[in-house]
Amino acid sequence: MSSRRVGDLALFMPGMGWLAVFFVVPLIMIFVVSLGSRDAYGGVVLDRLSFDNYLRALAPAFLPTALNSVKYATATTILAILVSYPIAYWISRYGGRHKVLLLVLVMLPFWTSWVIRTYAWMIILRDNGVINGILGGLGLTSEPIMLLNTDLAVILGMTYGFLPFAILPLYVAIDRVDEAVVAAARDLYSSGRGAFLHVTLPLTMPGVIAAAILTFIPAIGDFINAELLGNPETAMIGNVIQRQFLVVRDYPTAAALSFMLMVLILAGVTLYGRLLGTEELTSKAI
Amino acid sequence: MGIAQRFFTALASRILAVYAALALVYLLLPIFMVALFSFNDPVGRSNYSWSTFTFDNWLTLFRDPTLVAAVGTSLRIALVSTIIATTIGTLMAMALVRYRFRFRKAIDLFVFLPLATPEIVLGASLLTLFVTLQIPLGELTLILAHVMFNVSYVVVTMKARLSGFDMRLEEAAADLGATPWQTFWRVTFPLILPGIGASAILAFGLSLDDFVITRFNAGQVQTFPVYVYLKVQKGIPPQVNAFATLFFMATVTLVALGALLQRRRATLKQ
Repeated sequence: MSSRRVGDLALFMPGMGWLAVFFVVPLIMIFVVSLGSRDAYGGVVLDRLSFDNYLRALAPAFLPTALNSVKYATATTILAILVSYPIAYWISRYGGRHKVLLLVLVMLPFWTSWVIRTYAWMIILRDNGVINGILGGLGLTSEPIMLLNTDLAVILGMTYGFLPFAILPLYVAIDRVDEAVVAAARDLYSSGRGAFLHVTLPLTMPGVIAAAILTFIPAIGDFINAELLGNPETAMIGNVIQRQFLVVRDYPTAAALSFMLMVLILAGVTLYGRLLGTEELTSKAI
Repeated sequence: MGIAQRFFTALASRILAVYAALALVYLLLPIFMVALFSFNDPVGRSNYSWSTFTFDNWLTLFRDPTLVAAVGTSLRIALVSTIIATTIGTLMAMALVRYRFRFRKAIDLFVFLPLATPEIVLGASLLTLFVTLQIPLGELTLILAHVMFNVSYVVVTMKARLSGFDMRLEEAAADLGATPWQTFWRVTFPLILPGIGASAILAFGLSLDDFVITRFNAGQVQTFPVYVYLKVQKGIPPQVNAFATLFFMATVTLVALGALLQRRRATLKQ
Protein backbone atom coordinates (compact mmCIF):
# COMPACT_ATOMS: atom_id res chain seq x y z
CA MET A 1 0.00 0.00 0.00
CA SER A 2 1.40 3.36 -0.96
CA SER A 3 1.85 5.92 1.77
CA ARG A 4 -0.82 8.01 0.14
CA ARG A 5 -3.52 5.40 0.67
CA VAL A 6 -2.52 5.01 4.30
CA GLY A 7 -2.77 8.76 4.74
CA ASP A 8 -6.23 8.78 3.19
CA LEU A 9 -7.42 6.09 5.54
CA ALA A 10 -6.18 8.15 8.46
CA LEU A 11 -8.72 10.82 7.59
CA PHE A 12 -11.43 8.31 8.17
CA MET A 13 -10.38 6.42 11.19
CA PRO A 14 -11.16 8.91 13.97
CA GLY A 15 -14.71 9.39 12.73
CA MET A 16 -15.36 5.74 11.99
CA GLY A 17 -13.77 4.71 15.24
CA TRP A 18 -15.87 7.08 17.28
CA LEU A 19 -19.08 6.01 15.59
CA ALA A 20 -18.15 2.35 15.89
CA VAL A 21 -17.51 2.60 19.63
CA PHE A 22 -20.29 4.99 20.59
CA PHE A 23 -22.98 4.11 18.09
CA VAL A 24 -22.63 0.56 16.81
CA VAL A 25 -21.39 -1.12 19.97
CA PRO A 26 -24.12 0.41 22.19
CA LEU A 27 -26.76 -0.72 19.72
CA ILE A 28 -25.40 -4.25 19.77
CA MET A 29 -25.39 -4.13 23.54
CA ILE A 30 -28.93 -2.97 23.72
CA PHE A 31 -29.95 -5.77 21.40
CA VAL A 32 -28.28 -8.29 23.65
CA VAL A 33 -29.98 -6.78 26.71
CA SER A 34 -33.32 -7.01 24.95
CA LEU A 35 -32.84 -10.75 24.70
CA GLY A 36 -32.20 -11.12 28.41
CA SER A 37 -34.42 -10.90 31.42
CA ARG A 38 -34.67 -9.01 34.61
CA ASP A 39 -33.55 -10.41 37.92
CA ALA A 40 -35.06 -9.57 41.32
CA TYR A 41 -32.73 -6.63 41.93
CA GLY A 42 -33.27 -4.96 38.57
CA GLY A 43 -30.11 -6.27 37.00
CA VAL A 44 -29.96 -7.92 33.62
CA VAL A 45 -29.69 -11.69 33.42
CA LEU A 46 -28.26 -13.06 30.22
CA ASP A 47 -28.14 -16.81 30.75
CA ARG A 48 -31.36 -17.62 28.93
CA LEU A 49 -31.54 -15.46 25.80
CA SER A 50 -34.89 -15.35 24.07
CA PHE A 51 -37.20 -13.11 22.14
CA ASP A 52 -39.78 -13.15 24.95
CA ASN A 53 -39.46 -9.46 25.58
CA TYR A 54 -40.38 -8.72 21.99
CA LEU A 55 -43.50 -10.82 22.28
CA ARG A 56 -44.41 -8.97 25.44
CA ALA A 57 -43.74 -5.65 23.74
CA LEU A 58 -46.35 -6.53 21.16
CA ALA A 59 -48.83 -7.17 23.97
CA PRO A 60 -52.15 -5.36 24.06
CA ALA A 61 -51.01 -3.28 27.02
CA PHE A 62 -48.63 -1.33 24.81
CA LEU A 63 -51.05 -0.94 21.95
CA PRO A 64 -52.73 2.34 23.05
CA THR A 65 -49.37 4.08 23.29
CA ALA A 66 -48.33 2.78 19.88
CA LEU A 67 -51.59 4.05 18.43
CA ASN A 68 -51.06 7.39 20.11
CA SER A 69 -47.64 7.68 18.56
CA VAL A 70 -49.00 7.01 15.09
CA LYS A 71 -52.00 9.29 15.63
CA TYR A 72 -50.01 12.28 16.88
CA ALA A 73 -47.18 11.81 14.39
CA THR A 74 -49.67 11.75 11.52
CA ALA A 75 -51.53 14.84 12.73
CA THR A 76 -48.24 16.63 13.30
CA THR A 77 -46.98 15.75 9.82
CA ILE A 78 -50.14 16.98 8.09
CA LEU A 79 -50.25 20.21 10.10
CA ALA A 80 -46.53 20.84 9.67
CA ILE A 81 -46.78 20.53 5.91
CA LEU A 82 -49.88 22.73 5.78
CA VAL A 83 -48.11 25.43 7.75
CA SER A 84 -44.74 25.07 6.05
CA TYR A 85 -45.83 25.02 2.42
CA PRO A 86 -47.07 28.63 2.29
CA ILE A 87 -44.00 29.81 4.20
CA ALA A 88 -41.64 27.99 1.86
CA TYR A 89 -43.61 29.16 -1.16
CA TRP A 90 -43.58 32.76 -0.02
CA ILE A 91 -39.83 32.73 0.67
CA SER A 92 -39.07 31.10 -2.66
CA ARG A 93 -41.31 33.36 -4.77
CA TYR A 94 -40.99 36.66 -2.96
CA GLY A 95 -37.72 36.31 -1.11
CA GLY A 96 -35.51 37.64 -3.86
CA ARG A 97 -31.93 38.19 -2.85
CA HIS A 98 -32.61 37.52 0.79
CA LYS A 99 -34.03 34.05 0.29
CA VAL A 100 -31.41 32.18 2.27
CA LEU A 101 -31.40 34.75 5.03
CA LEU A 102 -35.18 34.52 5.34
CA LEU A 103 -34.93 30.76 5.52
CA VAL A 104 -32.38 31.02 8.28
CA LEU A 105 -34.56 33.54 10.12
CA VAL A 106 -37.47 31.13 9.95
CA MET A 107 -35.27 28.45 11.48
CA LEU A 108 -34.05 30.66 14.29
CA PRO A 109 -36.77 29.81 16.83
CA PHE A 110 -35.54 26.25 16.72
CA TRP A 111 -32.17 27.22 18.10
CA THR A 112 -33.66 27.12 21.57
CA SER A 113 -33.85 23.94 23.54
CA TRP A 114 -36.86 21.63 23.17
CA VAL A 115 -37.60 22.01 26.82
CA ILE A 116 -37.70 25.80 26.64
CA ARG A 117 -39.97 25.74 23.61
CA THR A 118 -42.35 23.32 25.27
CA TYR A 119 -42.35 25.40 28.45
CA ALA A 120 -43.26 28.41 26.31
CA TRP A 121 -46.26 26.52 24.96
CA MET A 122 -47.28 25.78 28.52
CA ILE A 123 -47.41 29.52 29.15
CA ILE A 124 -49.41 30.14 26.00
CA LEU A 125 -51.96 27.38 26.42
CA ARG A 126 -52.74 27.65 30.11
CA ASP A 127 -56.21 28.46 31.37
CA ASN A 128 -55.02 32.00 32.07
CA GLY A 129 -52.52 32.06 29.23
CA VAL A 130 -52.29 34.01 26.03
CA ILE A 131 -54.88 32.22 23.93
CA ASN A 132 -57.53 32.08 26.59
CA GLY A 133 -56.72 35.67 27.46
CA ILE A 134 -57.35 36.80 23.89
CA LEU A 135 -60.52 34.73 23.52
CA GLY A 136 -61.88 36.04 26.79
CA GLY A 137 -60.86 39.59 26.09
CA LEU A 138 -62.64 39.54 22.74
CA GLY A 139 -65.72 38.23 24.50
CA LEU A 140 -65.78 34.98 22.55
CA THR A 141 -65.71 32.77 25.63
CA SER A 142 -67.06 33.20 29.13
CA GLU A 143 -64.85 30.53 30.65
CA PRO A 144 -61.30 29.50 29.81
CA ILE A 145 -61.09 26.56 27.42
CA MET A 146 -58.91 23.77 28.67
CA LEU A 147 -56.10 23.67 26.14
CA LEU A 148 -53.12 22.48 28.13
CA ASN A 149 -52.77 18.81 29.00
CA THR A 150 -54.85 17.73 26.03
CA ASP A 151 -54.32 16.00 22.71
CA LEU A 152 -54.48 19.36 21.01
CA ALA A 153 -51.66 20.77 23.10
CA VAL A 154 -49.45 17.81 22.29
CA ILE A 155 -50.12 18.16 18.56
CA LEU A 156 -49.55 21.91 18.63
CA GLY A 157 -46.28 21.49 20.46
CA MET A 158 -45.10 18.69 18.21
CA THR A 159 -46.01 20.54 15.03
CA TYR A 160 -44.05 23.52 16.25
CA GLY A 161 -41.05 21.40 17.07
CA PHE A 162 -40.94 19.60 13.74
CA LEU A 163 -41.61 22.54 11.43
CA PRO A 164 -37.98 22.83 10.31
CA PHE A 165 -38.03 19.20 9.19
CA ALA A 166 -40.85 20.11 6.84
CA ILE A 167 -39.81 23.61 5.77
CA LEU A 168 -36.39 22.67 4.41
CA PRO A 169 -37.36 19.91 1.96
CA LEU A 170 -40.46 21.84 0.89
CA TYR A 171 -38.39 24.94 0.22
CA VAL A 172 -35.85 22.97 -1.81
CA ALA A 173 -38.59 21.39 -3.89
CA ILE A 174 -40.49 24.62 -4.49
CA ASP A 175 -37.36 26.56 -5.29
CA ARG A 176 -36.41 24.03 -7.93
CA VAL A 177 -39.51 24.70 -10.00
CA ASP A 178 -38.43 26.69 -13.00
CA GLU A 179 -39.97 30.16 -13.15
CA ALA A 180 -40.33 29.78 -16.89
CA VAL A 181 -42.49 26.68 -16.45
CA VAL A 182 -44.77 28.53 -14.04
CA ALA A 183 -45.02 31.47 -16.41
CA ALA A 184 -45.96 29.11 -19.25
CA ALA A 185 -48.55 27.46 -17.03
CA ARG A 186 -50.02 30.85 -16.19
CA ASP A 187 -50.48 31.50 -19.88
CA LEU A 188 -51.99 28.09 -20.54
CA TYR A 189 -54.41 28.06 -17.62
CA SER A 190 -54.93 31.82 -17.69
CA SER A 191 -55.08 32.02 -13.91
CA GLY A 192 -52.74 31.77 -10.99
CA ARG A 193 -54.91 29.19 -9.27
CA GLY A 194 -54.93 26.88 -12.28
CA ALA A 195 -51.18 27.21 -12.72
CA PHE A 196 -50.66 26.34 -9.10
CA LEU A 197 -53.01 23.38 -8.92
CA HIS A 198 -52.05 21.81 -12.20
CA VAL A 199 -48.37 22.59 -12.46
CA THR A 200 -46.63 23.84 -9.33
CA LEU A 201 -48.30 21.51 -6.86
CA PRO A 202 -47.69 18.30 -8.84
CA LEU A 203 -44.10 19.33 -9.51
CA THR A 204 -43.46 19.85 -5.82
CA MET A 205 -45.14 16.59 -4.76
CA PRO A 206 -41.83 14.72 -4.32
CA GLY A 207 -40.83 17.46 -1.91
CA VAL A 208 -44.10 17.11 -0.04
CA ILE A 209 -43.56 13.37 0.28
CA ALA A 210 -39.99 13.93 1.43
CA ALA A 211 -41.17 16.46 3.99
CA ALA A 212 -43.85 14.06 5.18
CA ILE A 213 -41.43 11.22 5.76
CA LEU A 214 -38.75 13.46 7.27
CA THR A 215 -41.31 14.80 9.74
CA PHE A 216 -43.18 11.61 10.52
CA ILE A 217 -40.13 9.53 11.35
CA PRO A 218 -38.70 11.60 14.21
CA ALA A 219 -42.21 12.55 15.34
CA ILE A 220 -43.02 8.95 16.18
CA GLY A 221 -40.10 8.80 18.58
CA ASP A 222 -40.96 12.06 20.32
CA PHE A 223 -42.15 12.09 23.90
CA ILE A 224 -41.27 15.41 25.51
CA ASN A 225 -44.35 17.15 24.16
CA ALA A 226 -46.57 14.32 25.30
CA GLU A 227 -45.01 14.41 28.74
CA LEU A 228 -45.09 18.16 29.40
CA LEU A 229 -48.14 19.20 27.38
CA GLY A 230 -50.28 16.09 27.64
CA ASN A 231 -51.78 13.82 30.24
CA PRO A 232 -51.39 10.11 31.10
CA GLU A 233 -53.78 9.23 28.27
CA THR A 234 -51.58 10.85 25.64
CA ALA A 235 -48.52 8.73 26.39
CA MET A 236 -46.52 7.78 23.32
CA ILE A 237 -44.10 4.92 22.78
CA GLY A 238 -41.24 7.20 23.74
CA ASN A 239 -42.83 7.95 27.10
CA VAL A 240 -43.17 4.26 27.84
CA ILE A 241 -39.57 3.56 26.87
CA GLN A 242 -38.35 6.42 29.00
CA ARG A 243 -40.31 5.25 32.00
CA GLN A 244 -39.13 1.66 31.60
CA PHE A 245 -35.52 2.82 31.51
CA LEU A 246 -35.40 5.53 34.11
CA VAL A 247 -38.23 4.77 36.52
CA VAL A 248 -39.22 1.14 36.36
CA ARG A 249 -35.69 0.12 35.38
CA ASP A 250 -36.85 -2.89 33.46
CA TYR A 251 -33.95 -2.73 31.02
CA PRO A 252 -34.72 -5.83 28.96
CA THR A 253 -38.28 -4.72 28.19
CA ALA A 254 -37.17 -1.15 27.57
CA ALA A 255 -34.40 -2.38 25.29
CA ALA A 256 -36.85 -4.52 23.31
CA LEU A 257 -39.22 -1.57 22.87
CA SER A 258 -36.36 0.70 21.84
CA PHE A 259 -35.09 -1.77 19.32
CA MET A 260 -38.52 -2.23 17.81
CA LEU A 261 -38.95 1.54 17.52
CA MET A 262 -35.57 1.77 15.85
CA VAL A 263 -36.32 -0.98 13.35
CA LEU A 264 -39.61 0.72 12.52
CA ILE A 265 -37.87 3.99 11.88
CA LEU A 266 -35.07 2.41 9.86
CA ALA A 267 -37.73 0.77 7.71
CA GLY A 268 -39.23 4.20 7.12
CA VAL A 269 -35.86 5.65 6.25
CA THR A 270 -35.13 2.81 3.84
CA LEU A 271 -38.48 3.40 2.19
CA TYR A 272 -37.58 7.05 1.82
CA GLY A 273 -34.21 6.12 0.40
CA ARG A 274 -35.78 3.75 -2.12
CA LEU A 275 -38.38 6.30 -3.17
CA LEU A 276 -36.10 9.27 -3.54
CA GLY A 277 -32.57 7.96 -3.86
CA THR A 278 -29.91 7.74 -1.21
CA GLU A 279 -28.02 10.82 -2.42
CA GLU A 280 -31.03 12.90 -1.52
CA LEU A 281 -31.12 11.21 1.84
CA THR A 282 -27.56 11.71 2.94
CA SER A 283 -27.38 15.32 1.85
CA LYS A 284 -30.65 16.52 3.28
CA ALA A 285 -29.08 18.86 5.80
CA ILE A 286 -27.81 22.34 5.06
CA MET B 1 -56.55 37.91 -18.15
CA GLY B 2 -59.94 39.32 -17.30
CA ILE B 3 -60.57 41.77 -14.48
CA ALA B 4 -62.06 39.08 -12.25
CA GLN B 5 -59.03 36.84 -12.70
CA ARG B 6 -56.64 39.66 -11.99
CA PHE B 7 -58.61 40.44 -8.85
CA PHE B 8 -58.40 36.84 -7.66
CA THR B 9 -54.70 36.63 -8.38
CA ALA B 10 -54.11 39.79 -6.39
CA LEU B 11 -56.33 38.48 -3.61
CA ALA B 12 -54.51 35.15 -3.61
CA SER B 13 -51.14 36.78 -3.19
CA ARG B 14 -52.54 38.96 -0.40
CA ILE B 15 -53.96 35.92 1.36
CA LEU B 16 -50.64 34.16 0.95
CA ALA B 17 -48.84 37.10 2.52
CA VAL B 18 -51.29 37.16 5.43
CA TYR B 19 -51.00 33.41 5.88
CA ALA B 20 -47.21 33.65 5.84
CA ALA B 21 -47.35 36.47 8.36
CA LEU B 22 -49.61 34.41 10.64
CA ALA B 23 -47.24 31.48 10.32
CA LEU B 24 -44.40 33.78 11.30
CA VAL B 25 -46.36 34.81 14.39
CA TYR B 26 -46.84 31.12 15.22
CA LEU B 27 -43.10 30.63 14.89
CA LEU B 28 -42.05 33.57 17.01
CA LEU B 29 -44.78 33.58 19.66
CA PRO B 30 -43.15 31.05 22.01
CA ILE B 31 -39.78 32.81 21.83
CA PHE B 32 -41.48 36.10 22.50
CA MET B 33 -43.33 34.65 25.50
CA VAL B 34 -40.14 33.26 26.98
CA ALA B 35 -38.41 36.61 26.58
CA LEU B 36 -41.41 38.51 27.90
CA PHE B 37 -41.69 36.41 31.02
CA SER B 38 -38.07 37.05 31.83
CA PHE B 39 -39.28 40.49 32.84
CA ASN B 40 -42.05 39.09 35.01
CA ASP B 41 -42.07 39.22 38.79
CA PRO B 42 -43.80 35.95 39.51
CA VAL B 43 -46.30 35.45 42.29
CA GLY B 44 -45.12 32.34 44.06
CA ARG B 45 -42.72 29.95 42.40
CA SER B 46 -44.30 29.32 39.00
CA ASN B 47 -43.56 31.81 36.29
CA TYR B 48 -46.70 31.19 34.25
CA SER B 49 -48.94 34.17 34.88
CA TRP B 50 -48.08 37.75 34.31
CA SER B 51 -48.02 39.91 37.42
CA THR B 52 -45.61 42.85 37.35
CA PHE B 53 -42.80 44.07 35.14
CA THR B 54 -39.34 44.03 36.62
CA PHE B 55 -35.71 44.16 35.58
CA ASP B 56 -34.79 42.31 38.73
CA ASN B 57 -34.39 38.91 37.09
CA TRP B 58 -31.82 40.26 34.67
CA LEU B 59 -29.90 41.95 37.44
CA THR B 60 -29.83 38.83 39.59
CA LEU B 61 -28.91 36.46 36.78
CA PHE B 62 -26.53 34.45 38.92
CA ARG B 63 -28.75 34.11 41.95
CA ASP B 64 -29.32 30.36 41.71
CA PRO B 65 -25.98 28.51 41.88
CA THR B 66 -27.45 25.31 40.46
CA LEU B 67 -28.70 27.19 37.43
CA VAL B 68 -25.37 28.92 36.90
CA ALA B 69 -23.55 25.60 37.23
CA ALA B 70 -25.94 24.05 34.69
CA VAL B 71 -25.33 26.85 32.20
CA GLY B 72 -21.59 26.52 32.69
CA THR B 73 -21.72 22.77 32.23
CA SER B 74 -23.75 23.13 29.04
CA LEU B 75 -21.30 25.65 27.60
CA ARG B 76 -18.24 23.56 28.52
CA ILE B 77 -19.64 20.37 27.05
CA ALA B 78 -20.76 22.19 23.92
CA LEU B 79 -17.35 23.77 23.41
CA VAL B 80 -15.33 20.58 23.84
CA SER B 81 -17.66 18.35 21.86
CA THR B 82 -17.90 20.91 19.06
CA ILE B 83 -14.12 21.14 18.69
CA ILE B 84 -13.70 17.36 18.60
CA ALA B 85 -16.71 16.67 16.39
CA THR B 86 -15.88 19.42 13.89
CA THR B 87 -12.32 18.18 13.53
CA ILE B 88 -13.21 14.52 13.12
CA GLY B 89 -16.21 15.30 10.95
CA THR B 90 -14.37 17.62 8.59
CA LEU B 91 -11.62 15.06 8.04
CA MET B 92 -14.18 12.40 7.28
CA ALA B 93 -16.14 14.65 4.95
CA MET B 94 -12.99 15.50 3.03
CA ALA B 95 -12.18 11.84 2.61
CA LEU B 96 -15.73 11.05 1.50
CA VAL B 97 -15.91 13.81 -1.07
CA ARG B 98 -12.50 13.46 -2.65
CA TYR B 99 -11.76 9.79 -2.94
CA ARG B 100 -13.69 7.22 -4.89
CA PHE B 101 -13.54 3.83 -3.33
CA ARG B 102 -15.71 0.81 -3.14
CA PHE B 103 -17.48 1.32 0.14
CA ARG B 104 -18.10 5.03 -0.17
CA LYS B 105 -21.86 4.82 -0.51
CA ALA B 106 -22.09 2.38 2.37
CA ILE B 107 -20.05 4.66 4.59
CA ASP B 108 -22.18 7.63 3.56
CA LEU B 109 -25.22 5.75 4.73
CA PHE B 110 -23.48 4.55 7.87
CA VAL B 111 -22.57 8.09 8.90
CA PHE B 112 -26.15 9.16 8.28
CA LEU B 113 -27.64 6.43 10.51
CA PRO B 114 -27.31 8.24 13.87
CA LEU B 115 -29.38 11.07 12.42
CA ALA B 116 -32.17 8.64 11.58
CA THR B 117 -32.08 6.84 14.90
CA PRO B 118 -34.50 8.17 17.52
CA GLU B 119 -32.68 10.05 20.23
CA ILE B 120 -34.21 7.89 22.89
CA VAL B 121 -32.57 4.81 21.38
CA LEU B 122 -29.22 6.60 21.09
CA GLY B 123 -29.41 7.78 24.67
CA ALA B 124 -30.52 4.47 26.08
CA SER B 125 -27.92 2.44 24.19
CA LEU B 126 -25.13 4.77 25.29
CA LEU B 127 -26.33 4.41 28.86
CA THR B 128 -26.11 0.66 28.46
CA LEU B 129 -22.55 0.98 27.17
CA PHE B 130 -21.39 3.21 30.00
CA VAL B 131 -23.04 1.12 32.69
CA THR B 132 -21.57 -2.08 31.29
CA LEU B 133 -18.07 -0.61 31.07
CA GLN B 134 -18.63 0.93 34.48
CA ILE B 135 -17.75 4.42 33.30
CA PRO B 136 -19.25 6.89 35.78
CA LEU B 137 -21.92 9.09 34.27
CA GLY B 138 -21.06 12.76 34.13
CA GLU B 139 -19.47 15.41 31.95
CA LEU B 140 -17.14 12.90 30.33
CA THR B 141 -19.92 10.60 29.19
CA LEU B 142 -21.88 13.60 27.97
CA ILE B 143 -18.96 14.82 25.89
CA LEU B 144 -18.50 11.34 24.41
CA ALA B 145 -22.21 11.19 23.58
CA HIS B 146 -22.44 14.68 22.12
CA VAL B 147 -19.42 14.15 19.88
CA MET B 148 -21.07 11.02 18.55
CA PHE B 149 -24.20 12.63 17.20
CA ASN B 150 -22.44 15.82 16.20
CA VAL B 151 -19.95 13.99 13.99
CA SER B 152 -22.82 12.92 11.74
CA TYR B 153 -24.20 16.43 11.49
CA VAL B 154 -20.76 17.86 10.71
CA VAL B 155 -20.06 15.26 8.02
CA VAL B 156 -23.39 15.83 6.28
CA THR B 157 -23.00 19.61 6.40
CA MET B 158 -19.36 19.63 5.28
CA LYS B 159 -20.04 17.20 2.44
CA ALA B 160 -22.55 19.63 1.00
CA ARG B 161 -20.07 22.49 1.33
CA LEU B 162 -17.07 20.59 0.04
CA SER B 163 -18.70 19.19 -3.06
CA GLY B 164 -18.16 22.50 -4.86
CA PHE B 165 -14.47 22.66 -4.07
CA ASP B 166 -12.21 23.18 -7.03
CA MET B 167 -9.36 20.68 -6.80
CA ARG B 168 -7.38 22.56 -9.41
CA LEU B 169 -6.51 25.16 -6.79
CA GLU B 170 -4.68 22.51 -4.82
CA GLU B 171 -3.02 21.15 -7.93
CA ALA B 172 -1.86 24.65 -8.82
CA ALA B 173 -0.33 25.04 -5.39
CA ALA B 174 1.46 21.74 -5.78
CA ASP B 175 2.73 22.82 -9.17
CA LEU B 176 4.12 25.93 -7.58
CA GLY B 177 6.10 23.78 -5.19
CA ALA B 178 3.98 23.60 -2.06
CA THR B 179 4.11 20.49 0.10
CA PRO B 180 0.79 18.79 0.92
CA TRP B 181 0.97 20.26 4.42
CA GLN B 182 1.48 23.79 3.08
CA THR B 183 -1.22 23.27 0.48
CA PHE B 184 -3.68 22.28 3.12
CA TRP B 185 -3.03 25.16 5.50
CA ARG B 186 -2.56 27.92 2.95
CA VAL B 187 -5.00 26.99 0.22
CA THR B 188 -7.58 24.43 1.32
CA PHE B 189 -8.18 25.44 4.91
CA PRO B 190 -8.97 29.14 4.33
CA LEU B 191 -11.39 28.18 1.58
CA ILE B 192 -13.31 25.64 3.64
CA LEU B 193 -13.24 27.80 6.77
CA PRO B 194 -16.79 29.19 6.28
CA GLY B 195 -18.10 25.64 5.99
CA ILE B 196 -16.22 24.63 9.11
CA GLY B 197 -17.62 27.67 10.87
CA ALA B 198 -21.18 26.82 9.90
CA SER B 199 -20.77 23.19 10.99
CA ALA B 200 -19.24 24.28 14.28
CA ILE B 201 -22.11 26.64 15.02
CA LEU B 202 -24.60 23.90 14.18
CA ALA B 203 -22.82 21.40 16.41
CA PHE B 204 -22.54 23.90 19.26
CA GLY B 205 -26.23 24.70 19.13
CA LEU B 206 -27.23 21.06 18.96
CA SER B 207 -25.07 20.25 21.96
CA LEU B 208 -26.40 23.14 24.03
CA ASP B 209 -29.99 22.22 23.34
CA ASP B 210 -29.72 18.46 23.58
CA PHE B 211 -32.06 16.98 26.12
CA VAL B 212 -32.96 13.35 25.53
CA ILE B 213 -29.50 11.85 25.04
CA THR B 214 -28.16 14.09 27.78
CA ARG B 215 -30.80 13.07 30.29
CA PHE B 216 -29.97 9.41 29.90
CA ASN B 217 -26.22 9.87 30.31
CA ALA B 218 -25.79 12.76 32.70
CA GLY B 219 -25.96 11.00 36.03
CA GLN B 220 -26.06 13.70 38.66
CA VAL B 221 -24.71 16.40 36.37
CA GLN B 222 -27.20 18.98 35.14
CA THR B 223 -27.04 20.78 31.85
CA PHE B 224 -29.26 23.76 31.12
CA PRO B 225 -32.08 21.82 29.42
CA VAL B 226 -32.00 19.14 32.11
CA TYR B 227 -32.21 21.83 34.81
CA VAL B 228 -35.25 23.42 33.14
CA TYR B 229 -36.94 20.05 32.78
CA LEU B 230 -36.43 19.19 36.44
CA LYS B 231 -37.84 22.54 37.47
CA VAL B 232 -40.97 22.44 35.33
CA GLN B 233 -43.07 20.90 38.07
CA LYS B 234 -41.58 22.89 40.91
CA GLY B 235 -41.52 26.26 39.26
CA ILE B 236 -39.02 27.66 36.77
CA PRO B 237 -37.09 30.64 38.07
CA PRO B 238 -37.39 33.66 35.76
CA GLN B 239 -33.61 33.78 35.40
CA VAL B 240 -34.01 30.70 33.19
CA ASN B 241 -36.04 32.83 30.77
CA ALA B 242 -33.30 35.42 30.83
CA PHE B 243 -30.62 32.86 29.99
CA ALA B 244 -32.75 31.30 27.26
CA THR B 245 -33.31 34.74 25.73
CA LEU B 246 -29.56 35.43 25.93
CA PHE B 247 -28.75 32.19 24.11
CA PHE B 248 -31.30 33.03 21.46
CA MET B 249 -30.00 36.57 20.97
CA ALA B 250 -26.46 35.20 20.75
CA THR B 251 -27.55 32.87 17.96
CA VAL B 252 -29.31 35.68 16.13
CA THR B 253 -26.17 37.80 16.40
CA LEU B 254 -23.95 35.00 15.12
CA VAL B 255 -26.23 34.42 12.14
CA ALA B 256 -26.40 38.15 11.39
CA LEU B 257 -22.62 38.38 11.57
CA GLY B 258 -22.33 35.40 9.25
CA ALA B 259 -24.66 37.01 6.75
CA LEU B 260 -22.78 40.32 6.93
CA LEU B 261 -19.44 38.59 6.39
CA GLN B 262 -20.85 36.77 3.36
CA ARG B 263 -22.01 40.03 1.88
CA ARG B 264 -18.67 41.72 2.47
CA ARG B 265 -16.81 38.87 0.84
CA ALA B 266 -19.15 39.11 -2.12
CA THR B 267 -18.63 42.86 -2.55
CA LEU B 268 -14.88 42.53 -2.01
CA LYS B 269 -14.77 40.03 -4.84
CA GLN B 270 -16.21 42.65 -7.11
